[in-house]
Amino acid sequence: MAILEVENIHKQFERTQVLKGVDFRLEEGKALSIIGSSGSGKTTLLRCLNFLERPDRGRISIRGEVLFDAEDAVTRRESETRKKRLHFGLVFQNFNLFPQYTALQNVTLAGELMARERPDYRAKKREIRQELEEQATALLKSMDLGERLGNYPHQLSGGQQQRVAIARALALRPDILCFDEPTSALDPELTREVLRVIRELAARHTTMIIVTHEMRFAREVSDRVIFMDGGVVVEEGPPEQVFGSPREERTRRFLSYAEDQ
Amino acid sequence: MSFQEQLPIVLGSLNSGFLQTLRLFAITLLGAIPLGLVIAFGSMSRLKPLAAITRVVVWVVRGTPLMIQLLIIYYFPGLMLKTNWWGSGESGRFLAAAIAFIFNYACYFSEIYRGGIQSVPVGQQEAGLVLGMTRPQIFFRVTLLQVIKRIVPPMSNEVITLVKDTSLARIIALQEIIWAGQSFLKGSQGISGQIWPLFFTALYYLIFTGVLTVLLGRLERRLDYFR
Repeated sequence: MAILEVENIHKQFERTQVLKGVDFRLEEGKALSIIGSSGSGKTTLLRCLNFLERPDRGRISIRGEVLFDAEDAVTRRESETRKKRLHFGLVFQNFNLFPQYTALQNVTLAGELMARERPDYRAKKREIRQELEEQATALLKSMDLGERLGNYPHQLSGGQQQRVAIARALALRPDILCFDEPTSALDPELTREVLRVIRELAARHTTMIIVTHEMRFAREVSDRVIFMDGGVVVEEGPPEQVFGSPREERTRRFLSYAEDQ
Repeated sequence: MSFQEQLPIVLGSLNSGFLQTLRLFAITLLGAIPLGLVIAFGSMSRLKPLAAITRVVVWVVRGTPLMIQLLIIYYFPGLMLKTNWWGSGESGRFLAAAIAFIFNYACYFSEIYRGGIQSVPVGQQEAGLVLGMTRPQIFFRVTLLQVIKRIVPPMSNEVITLVKDTSLARIIALQEIIWAGQSFLKGSQGISGQIWPLFFTALYYLIFTGVLTVLLGRLERRLDYFR
């Protein structure tokens, strides 16, 4: 069974129809890349999945459970949104680390706030915190940031910041980790270190959705590729097919532009 | 009376005047800092009428002299409503002055807060949301300190201005330090026609604003650890 099922998502801003009925599914442990030109709706789609935008129409289900259905008022309730968001993690283009916290604190903060809702938090405060810190330290070490735990974001390079952001998202153990053009704000060298981390996550079968302009990377790392244009999915398939022998003319045109770069 | 004899009399008078100045200064900050936040949220409200009304009020309060506000607030209840809201004597004058100052400064603070809050990138809030934080958690744990860091320099300016603005309360005869220093021009406690107490008065302000400048500078540097 698909872990994620997205059906007929529509989203309109003012007069602009950004998403015009997007459908796709994602299997557990697979990496899906979404490619397409700017304005094709890729980012809006990710933001809908993370409940930063509310679709006007459509349905989002995880493991068969309907998280959102535009037709069903119960699933649109704001109060429920918070828990649903935790199915997804999101890594932003410009990192959005919290500047007043160290790398380690950035990773532990959300978990700590959540632990406060546990009935045994008061009694076990120390153990819980220590556990969160150990987990965060291990995560950061796995991203070659073991020496950087106590650094503030402004003391880190863009690539290091983005790796902290990835650790921060992973710390909450989301079902699906989403990346919104994670390397667009980075130079080629820093891009490489971030892509390496994502590659490792793919090798460990982390379920991921990656919006990216890095075509070679998308081809190599993903199990499925979606090409979006004008708010719809134009082509979907395994990377060999979408990149190697695209069926749609629009896909071919887009890929030839991307190659020219 | 020799200078040596006059000095302790003048200093005693200035000290009690300065105490009143300090009280007005402190109560204004105590009231205006939180009230300003309420007004800031009002002017940023999604309820359009509330935002509009708040902005008009802020415009009126910032667009008219504090001195007029003091006079109107102090005299209006007695002259127009024939009531003695403020009570009599110095405590009544202090109450009226405090309310005028708190409201006036809260309006200025609210605009500083609004600028500070709106200058925090929306991505900070979104990052908090996708990490499952509640909106209050995001405000207090993520946004607030960044806002404070941004508003400390403009707030320092306002605080220094407030020290000197307290002298406006002289217009309703609040016995603050200017009132005390000036009394020796006209004549008080056997001393009259003396200008030097006013120089001393200025010195009080200078020292106090100096101390505040150092303290606020320290606060600014303490927030230097992040960007």
